[in-house]
Amino acid sequence: MNAAAYARRRAINALMLGLTAVCAALSAGVLLAILGYIAWKGASSLSWSFLTNLPKPVGEAGGGIANAIVGSAKVVGLAGLIGIPIGVLAGIYLAEYGKGRRFAFWVRYAADVLNGVPSIVVGLFAYALVVIPFKRFSAVSGSIALSIIMVPIVLRNTEEFLRLVPASIREAALALGVPRWKVVLRVVLPTAGRGIMTGALLALARVAGETAPLVFTAFGNRFWDQGWLNPIATLPLTLYNYAISPYEDWHRQAWAAALVLMLFVLAVNVAARLWLKPAQGSAH
Amino acid sequence: MSTAVAPVRTSPAERGGARVPGPRERAGDRAFRLVVSGFAGLILLGAAAMAWQLTRGSWRTWAAFGPKFLWTSTWDPVNDVFGALPFLYGTVVSSLIALLIAVPLGVGSAIFLAELAPPRVSNAVSFAIELLAAVPSVILGLMGVFLLVPAVRAVEPFLSRWLGFLPFFRGAPYGVGLLAAGLILAFMILPYIAAIAREVLLTVPRSLKEALYALGATRWEVVREVSLPYARSGILGAVFLSLGRALGETMAVTMVIGNTPKISASLFDPAYSMAAVIANELAEAAGDAHLSALIAIGLVLFGVTVVVNGLARLLIYRLERP
Amino acid sequence: MDTNPVVPPTPAPALAAPLPAPKPGPSAQKEKPVVMSVRGLRAGYGGGASVLKGVSLDVRERTVTAIIGPSGCGKSTLIRCLNRLHEALPGAYCEGDIHLGGRNVLEIDPVLLRREVGMVFQRPNPFPTMSVFENVASGLVLNGESDRAKIAERVETSLRRAALWDEVKDKLAAPGVGLSGGQQQRLCIARALAVEPHILLMDEPCSALDPIATARIEELLVEIKEQLTVVIVTHNMQQAARVSEYTAFMLMGELVEFGETQQIFTKPVDKRTEDYITGRFG
Repeated sequence: MNAAAYARRRAINALMLGLTAVCAALSAGVLLAILGYIAWKGASSLSWSFLTNLPKPVGEAGGGIANAIVGSAKVVGLAGLIGIPIGVLAGIYLAEYGKGRRFAFWVRYAADVLNGVPSIVVGLFAYALVVIPFKRFSAVSGSIALSIIMVPIVLRNTEEFLRLVPASIREAALALGVPRWKVVLRVVLPTAGRGIMTGALLALARVAGETAPLVFTAFGNRFWDQGWLNPIATLPLTLYNYAISPYEDWHRQAWAAALVLMLFVLAVNVAARLWLKPAQGSAH
Repeated sequence: MSTAVAPVRTSPAERGGARVPGPRERAGDRAFRLVVSGFAGLILLGAAAMAWQLTRGSWRTWAAFGPKFLWTSTWDPVNDVFGALPFLYGTVVSSLIALLIAVPLGVGSAIFLAELAPPRVSNAVSFAIELLAAVPSVILGLMGVFLLVPAVRAVEPFLSRWLGFLPFFRGAPYGVGLLAAGLILAFMILPYIAAIAREVLLTVPRSLKEALYALGATRWEVVREVSLPYARSGILGAVFLSLGRALGETMAVTMVIGNTPKISASLFDPAYSMAAVIANELAEAAGDAHLSALIAIGLVLFGVTVVVNGLARLLIYRLERP
Repeated sequence: MDTNPVVPPTPAPALAAPLPAPKPGPSAQKEKPVVMSVRGLRAGYGGGASVLKGVSLDVRERTVTAIIGPSGCGKSTLIRCLNRLHEALPGAYCEGDIHLGGRNVLEIDPVLLRREVGMVFQRPNPFPTMSVFENVASGLVLNGESDRAKIAERVETSLRRAALWDEVKDKLAAPGVGLSGGQQQRLCIARALAVEPHILLMDEPCSALDPIATARIEELLVEIKEQLTVVIVTHNMQQAARVSEYTAFMLMGELVEFGETQQIFTKPVDKRTEDYITGRFG
């Protein structure tokens, strides 16, 4: 009787092992399927001219996404210039001065709120804040929307890596007669530097793929942008417009654009993971 | 630290807290502290400003319709009659479908990765699943439009034949609709559930598990009796967090949901979500009333995600401080 | 061993003028002047019982003063009050009199104080992102020194005084954390010496090191004390007996006995001291 019951338990164990393994395989498999499919459909349309040409009118061959690539670089770049300093400095505040203070509690709460807000609502905020008063879509409004998305990510990451710096390092610097602000800025921050920078990079990659907040801020543009105060093309936006269009050629370009975007996001994520690993190894 | 056993006689100075004033803050330290505090304050300001702008922009709608806005279903920009129910319905139903699919898959994956798999396999597969979270929404939408929707369209006739007695599986096979939206959302939230659940399961103390192993339990039994109950609130928190994400997803949903503001019991029928209607109609909003109605939907979305995420954090923090 | 001449100490800045010698000691040896005097030092953490309950002692110039006692007696807290690192902890307080060069240390800017009173910690803590050279130079560089020749000279001097120069002179650009434990601790000593403090505080500097590394540090202490004053906390009585001229025995936040090391270890006055020395409790 015991042997039978035990055999049954072992069978269930094996069954569950198999089931959960299937779940994990499916989940990982989805990613591989996505990557594979995009590579397959997009690679044939990917060419140097695709990357350097402007979009052409429907029906004409040889359209490209050059303006979208440059536009994305500009919008994301400005978003980073705004969002990363705010996130890092606020993260310094929370890590170095924020223990137990009520102000710090509310800052953390606000950051959590901003982190959970859907990106479309952030776009709505940027629309109300910038697009309506200035009565135009603009690259700047898109950057502002993206920077709001970046700040909580960078902040949480900065705070976490600053807290990882051991107290003994701070004490050693203080014991040399260095004022506290220099200890934070020139000893603690560089020690956490690698983690903070990868976090910032990952945040950049994340907003590089955002479309929703840009639909009505940066708006898109089929030509080269005319400066920061005018609509501008970005890669995900162009992708979206092409995907929902009825034109076969544009669908083809959408796949190629998806490949470019996916390669970028993948490269940053893998690089960040690799860059971070050896640092964690040597610190302990 | 001090291991004094008996209560020590402290001087009145110590007891009263009247001590030598602490070091005066140096000018440089003070300036630095104020600067970083200022930037931290910007975040508070930003969140408050967002809530304020959304409220102000939607005031007109609340004044015109009151809370009825949330449960009426006429959406008529031409005649300025607005009701948000179709979007609420579409958002909630598609998110629920996503949870129904992603939670078992995600928790199952997490169990495998945290408890049953060898460490190298676990790390590699976890990395793959986390990369899935990095895939931009618009790219998943692209896959949705060209892969998922045709697949759903092909499957729907079979579903209506076998499961058509349920009102969920009736109607014409459009392909786009609630079912497709739910499926694509499932792919989007799956990595979050799997990653957080895995982390939570990894915090289960080894001593608890070893106690049961010592009694001869199989690995699955230890998972069922020890790990899952211990990690329960954390996993629930992960579910809520993913729900929050699903509620606000825009691009992938709008590409496969059909963008039709109708409420229908059937999952095959096209529908609309709150995020999708904002994305589609805002840029060409027909007048101030229309704009205000869209902002009102944004405010509802804002409020709902704040509440859901707040619940999630509560559940997850409870795990860290038992 | 290297035979380079020991660099004479730099002239004392205004803060650390030695006080005149107070009372005559029991031994025939001429006593060196007191450089830092502590009177009635009380310290603790807000809310809890006090950790130090009125400690008084004199630290004499260019001697090694050892502070011994069982775990939890407050010796680390005492030494951390001397460079006001104790107060950096939230809620901590420190009151009383600590006189250095005629001024009460507790009333001046702690940053300036710490340039006069350096510290080496229990576990070696070189800055992880800096090379050997940068670690030693960090005190100078962070406090605004920009003369590169002066920095290089000071780094070499400090590394020699810490008995590390020969081992690292070919790899000054290597990461500081790449050295062995004993080398890292000597690196930290060099780093502390580079700002040319008057007093060097050492908080159980050898407790994380193996006996060979410990012996090397004790050797360099003998040489360092010709130029600056050392206060060393140690849980190892033999070490105190080996390296120090004066010893303070602490128990439960009180200074039980303070005097010449010879006397403390051979003819202790207080019974508690005798019990500790003979190992009746540890």
